Amino acid sequence: MKFGIVTFPGSNCDVDAVHAITDQLGQTAVSLWHRDHDTQGCDVLILPGGFSYGDALRAGAIARFSPIMQEVVAHAERGAPVIGICNGFQILCESHLLPGALMRNAGLKFVCDWVHLRVEGAAPMFLNSYQPGQVLRMPVAHGEGRFVADESTLDSLEGHGQVVFRYCDPAGIVTAESNPNGALRGIAGITNAAGNVLGMMPHPERAVESLLGSTDGLPLFESLLARVGA
Amino acid sequence: MSRFRVSVHIVPRKGLLDPQGKAVTDALHTLGFGDVDDTRIGRHLVLDVKADSAAAAEVSVTAMCDKLLANPVTEDYEIVSTVTA
Repeated sequence: MKFGIVTFPGSNCDVDAVHAITDQLGQTAVSLWHRDHDTQGCDVLILPGGFSYGDALRAGAIARFSPIMQEVVAHAERGAPVIGICNGFQILCESHLLPGALMRNAGLKFVCDWVHLRVEGAAPMFLNSYQPGQVLRMPVAHGEGRFVADESTLDSLEGHGQVVFRYCDPAGIVTAESNPNGALRGIAGITNAAGNVLGMMPHPERAVESLLGSTDGLPLFESLLARVGA
Repeated sequence: MSRFRVSVHIVPRKGLLDPQGKAVTDALHTLGFGDVDDTRIGRHLVLDVKADSAAAAEVSVTAMCDKLLANPVTEDYEIVSTVTA
C-alpha cells in the first residue's frame, strides 16, 4: 500500500511518519510537497505534526490553503483514508474535513509527555486491529491540543461513534488528571461521519517500535492494510 | 478607489475557556482589582484595504474574517474602526 506524507513549511514529524510506514509497517511511503497537486496515486494521505507556517494566525489556518489541500479534500470525499496527526489534526479542523477546533492547552504549557488512550467509537478503517476499550500508550507534544466544539456537535460525535480515542488513566478510566490539555469530554481523536478521515493529537507514528517506548501506534496503520490493501 | 484602515478585534468566544485570560484575571485579583470579572485575550488586526467606500471596505474585511481571520468555531470578531488610510 502507498502512503503519501505531506510536508508543509514547518512540518517536523513527516520523516517520523515515513520511517513508521516504510521501516516498521513495511509499506511504501512518498513525501508530498505542500505545493504539489499530485498525490501520486497514494492510497492513504497523512498530514503530519509540526508547526506549519509557524502557527501564524492559528495552528493549521494557513496550511489549509496550501495547493495540495485541494487534493486532500478530494481524496477524503472519495472515501479514501486521511490521517491528521497533531498539527495535521489542526489542519483537518481548519479545513472543515473534521468538526471542532483545537485551542491553547488549558494549562497554558506545551505538553510533551506520554498519555494513555482508550479506544472507542466505530471507525473500523483505523481501529480494526485494536480491541474496543483497549488502553494504548502514546506520546503527545503540543501547545494547542484542547479539542472544543459546541455541545450539539460533541453529542453528535459521540452518538455516531466518531470519538475514537479518549485520554484516560492506565486502567482506562477517563479522568481530568489524565487529560493533558483540557480537551472537552477527554477527546483525543475523532473521525468524520463517513469514518475515513481521522484526526488525533497523540502521535501513533512515534509509537511503532519498542525502542521508542511503545508499539501501540502500529495497529492503527495495520488496520488500514486490512481494509484498504485488500 | 480609496484606501481604508480597518481594525478588527478577534477574541475567544464567551463560554469557551480562555486560559490566558483566566490567568490575567487571577493576577488582577491578586493585585487588588477585584472588580474584574473576566478577561478575554485575542488578536487585534489592522488591515489597509483598497475600496470604493468605508462600507465596502468593511464588507470585504467581514468576508476575510469569515474565511480566514477568525475561526467560526471558537472566536468572535468585531470591526472596531474604519478610517481613511
